Amino acid sequence: MLSHWIIAPVVLPAVLAPLIVLAFRRDLTLQRVFSTAGTIALLVLALSLLVSSAKGPELYRLGDWPAPFGIVLMLDRLSALMLTLTAGLALVVQLYTIGTGWDARGKHFHALLQFQLMGLNGAFLTADAFNLFVFFEVLLIASYALMIHGAGGDRLRAGVQYVAFNLLGSSLFLIALALLYSVTGTLNMADLAVRIATIPEGDIALIRVGAVLLMLVFAIKGALVPLQFWLPGTYANAPGPVAALFAIMTKVGAYATIRIGTLVFPPDVAATGTLIADLLFWGALATLVVGAVGVLGATTLPRLAAFAAIASMGTLFLGVSSFTTQGITAALYYMIHSTLAGAALFLIADLIRTRQGAQGMAGKGVLACLYFAAAIALAGMPPLSGFLGKLMVMQVWSQHAALVWSVILASSFLMILGLARMGSNLFWKGPEDVTSALPQPVALTGIFALVAGLVALTVFAGPVTAWLQTTAETAIDPAAYIAANDLPIMEAK
Amino acid sequence: MEALIAATIGLLTAGGIYLMLRARTFPVILGLTLLSYAVNVFIFVSGRLAVNLPAIIDKTATGYTDPLPQALVLTAIVISFGMTAVIVLMALGAWLTTGHDRVDLEDGQ
Repeated sequence: MLSHWIIAPVVLPAVLAPLIVLAFRRDLTLQRVFSTAGTIALLVLALSLLVSSAKGPELYRLGDWPAPFGIVLMLDRLSALMLTLTAGLALVVQLYTIGTGWDARGKHFHALLQFQLMGLNGAFLTADAFNLFVFFEVLLIASYALMIHGAGGDRLRAGVQYVAFNLLGSSLFLIALALLYSVTGTLNMADLAVRIATIPEGDIALIRVGAVLLMLVFAIKGALVPLQFWLPGTYANAPGPVAALFAIMTKVGAYATIRIGTLVFPPDVAATGTLIADLLFWGALATLVVGAVGVLGATTLPRLAAFAAIASMGTLFLGVSSFTTQGITAALYYMIHSTLAGAALFLIADLIRTRQGAQGMAGKGVLACLYFAAAIALAGMPPLSGFLGKLMVMQVWSQHAALVWSVILASSFLMILGLARMGSNLFWKGPEDVTSALPQPVALTGIFALVAGLVALTVFAGPVTAWLQTTAETAIDPAAYIAANDLPIMEAK
Repeated sequence: MEALIAATIGLLTAGGIYLMLRARTFPVILGLTLLSYAVNVFIFVSGRLAVNLPAIIDKTATGYTDPLPQALVLTAIVISFGMTAVIVLMALGAWLTTGHDRVDLEDGQ
């Protein structure tokens, strides 16, 4: 029975995490075993859901209450893609953490990781706006605790700033949801789409305010200018593997923007029109510029990686803001690429930090090669997938080539400069290779897996793009999604 | 009645944001609390104001008030309670470790 498997990605980590906290509190080995087994099971689940999502959107009613009176989960191609990406990244981060012993530096790393996965999976699967808020909070609170894992003054201070910023964002989310509910009377995403399409004239102003507030919340999550100020401090001070895991957190903002922006507020709806697309376009351009300048100006590798994450969100949102099939395809391809590349750079930064001693860096050769690969990927240079992704985004905006192409190319140039300078500072200055000791093999496997993923993304770009194009088509034309919700036809009052 | 509640929400929000901008941990936490009060009242109001009407089915009821915003407010209160606990402990930890309670990070940190 496929239907109950849809909720398994949420229930499995939700059951595993308390088990780890209660039963295995003093035994790190058992924690590692169960947590890794759980993540592998999640990956297998996500892949099988990915395969079955090709048939069309599938509904899951919680408690068997019909939509819109009950909360529903929807498995469609976009959700399945995000589930797979999350599970793959989580497995890599878990291998790295176990390999380098990061999980021993504080308590409850594995339980928190499972809660984080529960929140992420739930956010990707839900089809109800308030349920989206609840899963956002679950993933946020797990991320607060993960961020201060391993303690330390700087980390705690950055953590307080991160929490305060996101609590403000949560308040905005609630205000937006209350506004939308007060006008439409529903919180189910498909039902919102149906009702907003036919909203009476007098309520349009409230709908517009609600839409912009909602997009502000996703912009906070997705680090869109001018709401990106939380990211550099947070990502630079978080533990390395946690920062790598946070690579998927900004993508939650992008996913929510795509979902709400194509389903509830598409550009052809009378109430909001192109309001959201316009705001996103200018925000994305500014984000790209800020990220590139930050990459050039960063003095330490973690901060550089954080600004590179901001820049990649800018390119992503550029693709999203066109709200066409081509644009969403480019955005999804770039999303996969930037998750893998950003995570790789954060893990490499962590390895470099731990292996840099007064006598120089141990195992410089391997680290330099990995850094080179990650840098090429992030800067968007051929032959890796960053180049293809940026090319696709540029093709989407060929109408406004003068503005968009110059911003993309100039920012890529700045990023290449920044990454090259950081690389030469790290690897070409200082004493020669102290020992030839390789980093921990399990940890290295994780990073190599990410780089291999990037290479695979390039080599198989054709089939991947074709699959993503079908996904984008189902997103841009949400009729099947809305129909699958099986909404009752209400008589006019 | 609507004017009174709208003014209350506005005042609570204004006070909350003023406190948050003071950028020390205790005012920030208090500001977030005030803001969450305002937001919770706002969610409650989104179901429209009705005097003396029940939310649950009642044989003697002449009409009903909207029960869903009340459930939403409960969820929001519980979530912000947990979040407040987390930020209080983090702020305490940050103060004990670094010796000051400024929320802003220094440049380049």
